[in-house]
Amino acid sequence: MRFMLLFSRQGKLRLQKWYVPLGDQEKRRLGRELVQTILGRKAKMCSFLEWRDLKVVYKRYASLYFCCAIEEQDNELITLEVIHRYVELLDKYFGSVCELDIIFNFEKAYFILDEFLLGGEAQETSKKSVLKAIEQADQLQENIDFQMRLFPVAGRHSQKASSELVSQSELVSQSELVSQSELCLPVLVLVLNQGLDGVLVPNMASESSGLFQN
Amino acid sequence: MSPSVRLQEMIRVIRSARTQGEERGVIQRECAAIRAQFRQADNGGRSHNLAKLLYVHMLGYPAHFGQMECVRLIASPRYNEKRVGYLGAMMLLDENQDASLLITNSIKNDLAHSSQYVQSLALCTLACMGSAEMCRDLASEIDRLLRASSSYIKKKATLCAVHIVRKVPELGELFTPAARALLAEKNHGVLHGAVILITELCERNAQTLVQFREAVPELVHIMRGLVTSGYSPEHTVAGISDPFLQVRILRLLRILGRNNDTASDAMNDLLAQVATNTDSSKTAGSAVLYETVLTVMDIKSESGLRVLAVNILGRFLLNNDRNIRYISMTSLQKIVSTDHNAVQRHRGTIVDCLKDQDASVKRRALELSLALVSAINIRSMMKELLLFLSTCPPELKSHAASGIFNAAERYSPSQRWHIDTILHVLITAGADVRDETVPNLIQLITNASQLHCYTVHKLYRALVADISQQPLVQVACWCIGEYGDSLLQGECEETEPIQVTEDDILDALETVLQSHMSSPATRGFALTATMKLSTRITENVDRIRSIVSIYGSCMDVELQQRAVEYNALFKKYDHMRAAVLEKMPVMDRSSMGPTNGESGGGGVQELEPTKPKQPEMMVAPQPASQVCDLLDLLSDPDEPSLPGGPLGPGGGPLGPAGLMSGSAGGDLLYLLGGLELTPTPTPATAPAAVTVYDKSGVVLKLSCERPLDASQTITLTATNTSDHDISSLTLQAAVPKNVQLQMKAPSGDSLPARSSAVVTQTVLLNNPNK
Repeated sequence: MRFMLLFSRQGKLRLQKWYVPLGDQEKRRLGRELVQTILGRKAKMCSFLEWRDLKVVYKRYASLYFCCAIEEQDNELITLEVIHRYVELLDKYFGSVCELDIIFNFEKAYFILDEFLLGGEAQETSKKSVLKAIEQADQLQENIDFQMRLFPVAGRHSQKASSELVSQSELVSQSELVSQSELCLPVLVLVLNQGLDGVLVPNMASESSGLFQN
Repeated sequence: MSPSVRLQEMIRVIRSARTQGEERGVIQRECAAIRAQFRQADNGGRSHNLAKLLYVHMLGYPAHFGQMECVRLIASPRYNEKRVGYLGAMMLLDENQDASLLITNSIKNDLAHSSQYVQSLALCTLACMGSAEMCRDLASEIDRLLRASSSYIKKKATLCAVHIVRKVPELGELFTPAARALLAEKNHGVLHGAVILITELCERNAQTLVQFREAVPELVHIMRGLVTSGYSPEHTVAGISDPFLQVRILRLLRILGRNNDTASDAMNDLLAQVATNTDSSKTAGSAVLYETVLTVMDIKSESGLRVLAVNILGRFLLNNDRNIRYISMTSLQKIVSTDHNAVQRHRGTIVDCLKDQDASVKRRALELSLALVSAINIRSMMKELLLFLSTCPPELKSHAASGIFNAAERYSPSQRWHIDTILHVLITAGADVRDETVPNLIQLITNASQLHCYTVHKLYRALVADISQQPLVQVACWCIGEYGDSLLQGECEETEPIQVTEDDILDALETVLQSHMSSPATRGFALTATMKLSTRITENVDRIRSIVSIYGSCMDVELQQRAVEYNALFKKYDHMRAAVLEKMPVMDRSSMGPTNGESGGGGVQELEPTKPKQPEMMVAPQPASQVCDLLDLLSDPDEPSLPGGPLGPGGGPLGPAGLMSGSAGGDLLYLLGGLELTPTPTPATAPAAVTVYDKSGVVLKLSCERPLDASQTITLTATNTSDHDISSLTLQAAVPKNVQLQMKAPSGDSLPARSSAVVTQTVLLNNPNK
């Protein structure tokens, strides 16, 4: 795949993923023209078109157009399936996804896309695996956010203590301890203790590290 | 307030802006705030600021000041910051930016990170925007990950390797052993990536291809497993088990089986099984069947299998879904040359698709219809195609017109039909035809001598009806000029004659001359036609003289020149007028070479005053005909222009087009040039040697071949027929700026007397712009 664009019926871009190196100006121009061409097509028309020297596959889901530009030898019908799979993933993740979800959580849409396609090709053909991976990555992130909220770095603690806190939270994140948020709490308590006492607590990470190594 | 809410808040504010100006104001404020935040030290909200910037960037506003922040965030130890940092890198950095090199080290460290999610971020970014240098630096890391890691990382590493191979093909050898081992994986994601990697490796390296042919049985086994397996909740889509993987394996089998009997045999049964068992009611199944058909047609399959494949395509053609019909026509296009008869069976459906509403389907149907035209069905097909031409979308018009012309040329049942067809196209789509149509048509008309009467009547009617289609008007003017007398006679067997007086004809030509719709070339045609009529008509010669003299002071230089020349013909050379303006002889299109000059050059000798002009004017509009320039330089300046003489048909299309648009010389001389340069459908034969210099016993001959497309090889042969030896013979050549010249060493530099030996020298000309 060369690139994927998501845009609304009014032509506003909601997501763009480029797998070929092009300048910013070039991308904008290409995007604009392609969007105009596709919006000019009627409802029942073919999903495939030859535009410039590209093969373009597009499909409309409610108010969003999903459009992919593929290589000469790629199979157009399977690209339609790829688009459909991505929509299903978004749907499962956001729960009955609508355009607003993608607008306000655009970075999550990107993360999901990056978990499904890599370098323009599908990396995982099982819907369940993709969703699981995203869920786990999200929880990893959530945990860091949670910690950051409790202990903002430029906050009440001294520089030294806060740097130790930071290093401890790094350890936590790196060892992928978190599968459930409940697990955070005892770890956090430990961290708190460490912060005040300056004593390093042994990592509880090792027992649960196997969870993700499948 | 939590930073991520602020991001959504910003989005909300931007969306509620009512005008473009208001939105710009909001965004400028936000960008200023973000820039200030970037400059501060670590404040915990960095990732959210970058996210805000990325949103702004997606709206189309400049965001390059975020590039360094991406680099910084990627280097951060926190996962959430890394995540946004890598996302920013993929959006804001590409391999053309200098800042992208700065993240190479971070990626390297992250590839060795203990958390597989961090590893996956690095792999994703590398596969998305990794430049060639980054790929070279990190290739060994990727290879390591390919061999020993979890399936989660392996599948990503495989696709990263695919990207590396695409960017730096030489690194393919590094990944070949690992790729082979990956075929034994059970995980579908890894298998999918492995098949893609092997496909890339085989496409780029012939030895790898041979190596992987041994894997065909393994691939067949995997595929068979997929086809026969039952429902699996993980991988089944609409009743097909993992269609993504199936399609990929089929594509790899296609590459491995191409031109190889053993491999093709090994996959024959499997392909038959897939073709018969796959349910194509949904897109997933159709995708697999489509790929199967492509594979069957490309490898050396049995005839039974091929028939099966074509039948599948025929079924697709009747499908209600437009997408499927489009796909089937695309595939039929690929096989129409090899399995012509099989495709002919579906001609009716294809022709019906010409009337489809959809532009893509129309395009495909047009291409296929043009490929299916044959001597048997030419009349009915042409009817359909002409109907299509009148209703087709503008972007397809010129393609359709040229296709119709080609078909008519090859299969026309009669000359009259041919002329009728071309006229019809000119009337319907005259503005979109190519420039060489006009000389082609003119030549056709002169050849059909018994139809002159009929043709000129038809053209006159068309001209009177509409003078906006330039090619039509040009041909009409030419014909009226040539055959105006038969128009005046008012008798015609083939079509209903009309009573036309000389005044009517002159009126029509004058309208063309004066109309603002006529291009300068058309006016030239009209003026010359008016002039020619002075010998064909009897009463209104004075009127013609006055028209011609009016244009003697026309602003257009070309018209002025012609008018002045014709005036001169009236005044000083009146005795020659009849001879100069007599009817053109039949033009012989297929013969090439210098002999053409004599057969058609009836008008050349008389036009003394204009002759010196021709060589320069010929040279200018013909950048592609290198030989003519070379000839001009080597030969005497007053040698009659044989610019196209030894030129193969490759120089043809540009020649008359260049002449036509440049309007060089009178159109009488253009006809001379047009004789040699008219493109012929016959393949180029090696043209004969041309003698370019013959003085004092030294004879230089030029012969050329065309081994490759853009370059031309010329061999110069020198012989000495005098009684003295000639020594120190050197040859120099000059070419126009856009042509590259390479002179090989001559075979010698002395020419012994009495033609006992020859000196040859090869010159290579290359026109890269061709």
